[in-house]
Amino acid sequence: MDVFKNRLKEKPFGRRAFLKRFAMAAALSSSASATGCIGLLQNDDRFQLKWKEYFKNNYRLMTPQEKEETVERLERLAQIEKHVDIQMSSKSPVDGVLFGYAFNLTRCEGFMECVTACVKENNLDRQTHTQYIRIFEMEPGGMSPETGDGKYFHEVPVDHHFYMGVQCFHCENAPCVRACPTKATWKEPDGIVVVDYDWCIGCRYCMAACPYYGRRFNWGAPKVPNNEMTQKQHYLGNRIRPKGTMEKCTFCVQRTRAGRLPACVEACPTGARVFGNLLDPDSEIRFVLKHKKVFRLKEDLATDPKFWYFVD
Amino acid sequence: MHKKYSISGKGFISFVKDIIIWDLSGGVIYQLFLCGLVLIMMLGVYAYFLQFNSGLSVTNMSDIVSWGFYIANFTFLVGVAAAAVMLILPAYVFKDRDLHKVVIIGEVVAVGALIMCLLFILVDLGNPLKAWHLVPGIGILNWPSSLLSWDIIVLNGYLALNSFIPFYIVYSHYHNRVPDKKKYLPFVFISIFWAFAIHMVTAFLYEGLPARAFWNNPLMGPRFLASAFAAGPALISVVLGAIHSFTEFNIESRVFRKLRLIIVISAIINLVMLFSEIFKEFYTPTHHSRSAIYLFFGLDGYDALVHWIWTGISMNIIGTVILMLNPGRKNPLINLPAAVLLFFGIWIEKGMGLIIPGFIPSPLGEIVDYTPSWVEISIAFGILSFGILVVTLLVKPALIIEQQFEKQEEMATQLIHT
Ligand code: SF4
Ligand code: SF4
Repeated sequence: MDVFKNRLKEKPFGRRAFLKRFAMAAALSSSASATGCIGLLQNDDRFQLKWKEYFKNNYRLMTPQEKEETVERLERLAQIEKHVDIQMSSKSPVDGVLFGYAFNLTRCEGFMECVTACVKENNLDRQTHTQYIRIFEMEPGGMSPETGDGKYFHEVPVDHHFYMGVQCFHCENAPCVRACPTKATWKEPDGIVVVDYDWCIGCRYCMAACPYYGRRFNWGAPKVPNNEMTQKQHYLGNRIRPKGTMEKCTFCVQRTRAGRLPACVEACPTGARVFGNLLDPDSEIRFVLKHKKVFRLKEDLATDPKFWYFVD
Repeated sequence: MHKKYSISGKGFISFVKDIIIWDLSGGVIYQLFLCGLVLIMMLGVYAYFLQFNSGLSVTNMSDIVSWGFYIANFTFLVGVAAAAVMLILPAYVFKDRDLHKVVIIGEVVAVGALIMCLLFILVDLGNPLKAWHLVPGIGILNWPSSLLSWDIIVLNGYLALNSFIPFYIVYSHYHNRVPDKKKYLPFVFISIFWAFAIHMVTAFLYEGLPARAFWNNPLMGPRFLASAFAAGPALISVVLGAIHSFTEFNIESRVFRKLRLIIVISAIINLVMLFSEIFKEFYTPTHHSRSAIYLFFGLDGYDALVHWIWTGISMNIIGTVILMLNPGRKNPLINLPAAVLLFFGIWIEKGMGLIIPGFIPSPLGEIVDYTPSWVEISIAFGILSFGILVVTLLVKPALIIEQQFEKQEEMATQLIHT
């Protein structure tokens, strides 16, 4: 019954949106042919899209309809401004899913395939070499990345060293979320801590509040060459961020909500990375939590990260 | 009183007109002073234009040191703004007549400082065009969770209070009316509590971050108060000294003496707390002391802040000692250089010395140095000049009106006696 009601509610919206789009396209093509001046019209179109984008609401407060509209506008804008065809999703979290991550310290050999895959998948700024994942080369005797070397540049693995990957840990009790003055960053029901890049004002208070160096800021406009761009994008995930806004690891929300693994997990040649649904008793991540001795970084801060380290 | 500073009429329009005329008239030095400020402001505007176009990448901030010179200045100026309370409290609560005469200058300095604070936050935003997202109603203010939202509320509230009270009093005096105490005294008392609030909340902004051991320190709030109650009155003494020496307005030496007392007491309390902090960091240095070690001695060859902090602390101590010894017993103006020294000492310590080390080393133990870029420095000086300009343009008419009102009152009492 409920489903039926919802459908009834949705349908006219869907049709209206379709008609509107159709009318817009018709008007566009007819006037374009009449004036023969597509450039100007496109500019005008662009202005309208930007105008609507500027005044849109926080993503969390948008209706499904509004989400669809903004995603469409962003696709159009990418076409007009960058001449790329992107497919942007606004897929919501799946019920009964809470994502968690585990990192095998025995297996990782420091190849950084994960870093490369992440940069590519998440359209990270190539100019300033933004990377969400950092790998620290550690000497035996300590478990804190503070004692490791995060800038190594040599052949790996080095004898008697181990490697430790860090990224945003998607804290259950996330200090970054509490800090944000505009609620531009929050924890989704599936446990992913996300940023609404278009709502963020760029104050960087969340960055000061994060105890794990999990956040990255776009100090300038990010640059990603068109031919390297991942075109399957998510509003809360790997879309190209505007200048002056915060970004961070999203557990590859564009992939994981569609049932795939994060790019880093897929890319790791040694199988050091484990990802899955914490609510599913048969998942690999639950197996690790049950059978391995795990620990998390800076447990004393009570941030409750959903990212565990373990050894074989 | 000089002929050119005469009140021309009644009503709001003539009030504004007179203020503009008074502000624009003055000697050559005054005009040059205004022009100088405007020039620096223009440099600031140009630098901001660059930053606006290419983003904060023109600053030297990074993902590790993500707040820099702007937030450092902001933090310090909050202290200056709240210092007005050190005049308001004795003037209104303890009915101190001397301080009552200059309380308006304290309030105007607070207004200037607050405007600078808000501008420093604005230029620090990566996406200033979206600042409306903070406005409740059209945007979302994450209150009460985010301390930054608290800070925005208390700063704007304090600005409103400190604009309303002097405006009401001066406006009444302009019309030769005695201001109605019932109308403004409640706000005066609110503003006294509010001044403490802007300090504590700004301190909590840093104190509330367990991620940053250097800031996560319960002494932060009290130390903020103490250092501000030294730096603020020090600045006000300097402003009063300038008014006394460069204009025809006379400031009594009793005022300077009382201010000196306030400064000395606050500065000593500040130094005691500083000593307590240094003891904690260096008697049993832990991992959490690495920021302090970086600040005072440098770490792994990085030492950009070392000369800053030692200069700051030396100025702080020398200024305090001089003011304690009080060489200006006969002529309080002699003490002013010491006040300047103390002011700049606290500026370094509460600005760069407080904000930058909070970020170094990074939560993953990485160390980088930070020094502001020329764009940051130009924008900061632009904002500071704007603040000084605001204070100048507000203090001048206020003093003129106050003096004229006093004269009228004197004449009235004489009339009654004869
Ligand atoms: S690791 Fe940092 S950015 Fe990620 S959720 Fe925790 S506090 Fe937030
Ligand atoms: S930088 Fe953006 S996400 Fe972070 S606290 Fe500020 S507004 Fe929120």
